[in-house]
Amino acid sequence: MTGRETGPGTYLGMPAFPDPDPARFPAFPEAAREAVRDAALRANLRYATHTIRDKRARAVAELADWDRLRAAGKAVKDRTLRHLDRYLLQLEESVTAAGGTVHWAADAAEANRIVTELVLATGEREVVKVKSMATQEIGLNEALEAAGVTAYETDLAELIVQLGHDRPSHILVPAIHRNRGEIRDIFRAEMGRWGRPAPEGLGDSPAELAEAARLHLREKFLRAKVGISGANFMVAETGTMVVLESEGNGRMCLTLPETLISVVGIEKVVPTFRDLEIFLQTLPRSSTAERMNPYTTLWTGLGPSKGADGDGPSAFHLVLLDNGRTDILADEVGRQALRCIRCSACLNVCPVYERAGGHAYGSVYPGPIGAVLSPQLRGTGSPIDASLPYASTLCGACYDVCPVAIDIPEVLVHLRERVVQGGPVTRRGVRVRIRPARGHAAERAAMRAARLLLDRPDALRAGERLLARARRLGIRPHRLPGPGRAWTDARELPEPPPEPFRDWWARERGTATRTGSKDRKGDDGPK
Amino acid sequence: MSSKDRILARIRRAVPEPGPDLEIPRDYLHAHARRTPAERVDLLAAHLAEYRARVHRTGPGGLPPLLARLLGERRGARRVLVPPGLPPWWLAAADDSLVRVPDRASDTSADLDRADSVVTGCALAVAETGSIVLDGSPDQGRRRITLVPDHHVCVVRVPDQVVDSVPQALPLLVPTRPLTWISGPSATSDIELDRVEGVHGPRALDVVLLGPQ
Ligand code: SF4
Repeated sequence: MTGRETGPGTYLGMPAFPDPDPARFPAFPEAAREAVRDAALRANLRYATHTIRDKRARAVAELADWDRLRAAGKAVKDRTLRHLDRYLLQLEESVTAAGGTVHWAADAAEANRIVTELVLATGEREVVKVKSMATQEIGLNEALEAAGVTAYETDLAELIVQLGHDRPSHILVPAIHRNRGEIRDIFRAEMGRWGRPAPEGLGDSPAELAEAARLHLREKFLRAKVGISGANFMVAETGTMVVLESEGNGRMCLTLPETLISVVGIEKVVPTFRDLEIFLQTLPRSSTAERMNPYTTLWTGLGPSKGADGDGPSAFHLVLLDNGRTDILADEVGRQALRCIRCSACLNVCPVYERAGGHAYGSVYPGPIGAVLSPQLRGTGSPIDASLPYASTLCGACYDVCPVAIDIPEVLVHLRERVVQGGPVTRRGVRVRIRPARGHAAERAAMRAARLLLDRPDALRAGERLLARARRLGIRPHRLPGPGRAWTDARELPEPPPEPFRDWWARERGTATRTGSKDRKGDDGPK
Repeated sequence: MSSKDRILARIRRAVPEPGPDLEIPRDYLHAHARRTPAERVDLLAAHLAEYRARVHRTGPGGLPPLLARLLGERRGARRVLVPPGLPPWWLAAADDSLVRVPDRASDTSADLDRADSVVTGCALAVAETGSIVLDGSPDQGRRRITLVPDHHVCVVRVPDQVVDSVPQALPLLVPTRPLTWISGPSATSDIELDRVEGVHGPRALDVVLLGPQ
């Protein structure tokens, strides 16, 4: 592994995708088609995912004990999830003892209300934000805006997106669909409307653009009175919060303002300070392929002096967010998704993500993890959420790279079953039984997903077909032949589908299996 | 019913029989190689340099002139932030035109923005990850003084302050202190995947490995 030529977008982990109204969002295949047709975007995505993927593999290979770290990380998360009530209460006690205030939010609306009230109580009408999945999930910026508060995103990529009135497109490099000339134009046209304008004669070299962003945002950091963040980890035993990042905007938001508000999903708690020794090794390597990201900040309430020493904020609020997480916890197969540390490694290895891009998943959570998180967080009532479990070839690459060993294919198969057969689920804490999707709806979802996957190389298909054949013979194989071999060595296979989608598709549609070919130009990576 | 009670009740319903605590298999490595102290320092230096920090080695005699040079050679580096517990002899060789600005609680962020550089010690350094860790001790000062200036000079006492790995570092740190792990200068590659140093943190990081002689 070498330096950081393709280092991260700031906050380690997932990219930002706005959470659209799932009821009005098209099913995954329709949404994906747009991206698949966009040759330039696909080439960019392919380049980004492959570059980061290769680097990650090198970073991981450096640690001879990777598998043991992975098993330990999984165990820590499982232990926590089993006793989540206990650890959250302990966390609350520790944070409170260190001078912080803990708030509990059952859903997005409540979290937004709490944060908005906290901000308004300071008398401020501006906040600086460091990128956080949780605040994107609940639509905090929009809620603040409705209350007359402007939230400034401070990651470089988020800034580009915010100034360009845009949607982010890729996880580590959210502004990947904008080239440097466009970024320069956006900076020239928009910066002045938000604060310090772009320097005269701004050029389009990345260094110049970064300098313009530095100057523009510095003004905001230096005067900001309120900062809003998420956190990668929270330690129950000590009340310590942890944020990993690259650019330093996280440090600015966490250190300079007088009031700091962190919105964090309840699954981010870990029992002990020592547990961080696992994740501080696995997260940077999985996420940005680095031995360590440039900056990691750990803070505990208001510090040893309770804020009296003038080091950091004088008020700290932690908002613990449920918003569907306890519903996921109630599902014995699906709950493993709560182990996720948002590293994005599963995205970068996913053949479907590489083709479809992030927007197609219709949620802030893209890629394989999005395909299992969104339908669980939101239910499978909408076309997008019912089709997401099909947005996969079940190739298993996501499981292979996951630093907390989430068996995404297993959860996908489980969720497909739910969509097709119905069954018990928990919604807002209440156990209900969902009815099977009407035959047509389920078939349509699978069919449309299949269309997207059809022009995959044949190698994947071979594995699927052999699995299905084995199943028809009553064999439940433990090793998948071909490209799936690596992961079957380490795990039980999920129940294979009785008929691979490709075969089913071919049977249903005859020779129409090549309909996607006209979309295939530009598939060879960047020119 | 408060939201707290509601969430806790949902958790208890979701996992009605949590069972005993799971054992955490901690058979991962405590360090990824056996190293002599000198090898450990060499690895730290190599990893810091790979992340584009500038690494210097010196002994007590060479430290004051080295710091004077590092602070002087940067154009305009004439105001340096000094944490309260910084050994005064470190800056003894810097000439009088260098304005020493103490780390004061009363300073605003804008005041700090006028400083050009900051010189600190550290709590420890981690060789395998190329990280230095600050914990707000008197030779390091408040977190913001190592954040706002564009140039950070950090002195690491070697080999004493260098550990091999993350698992060796954590037990030496006090969790309740504010901790900042720094692994190379600020960075981004959000524009066409091109890595650019320095967005918001110090864009220049000098790490001085201070040996016993
Ligand atoms: S599911 Fe695993 S690989 Fe994917 S983002 Fe989460 S932790 Fe990373």
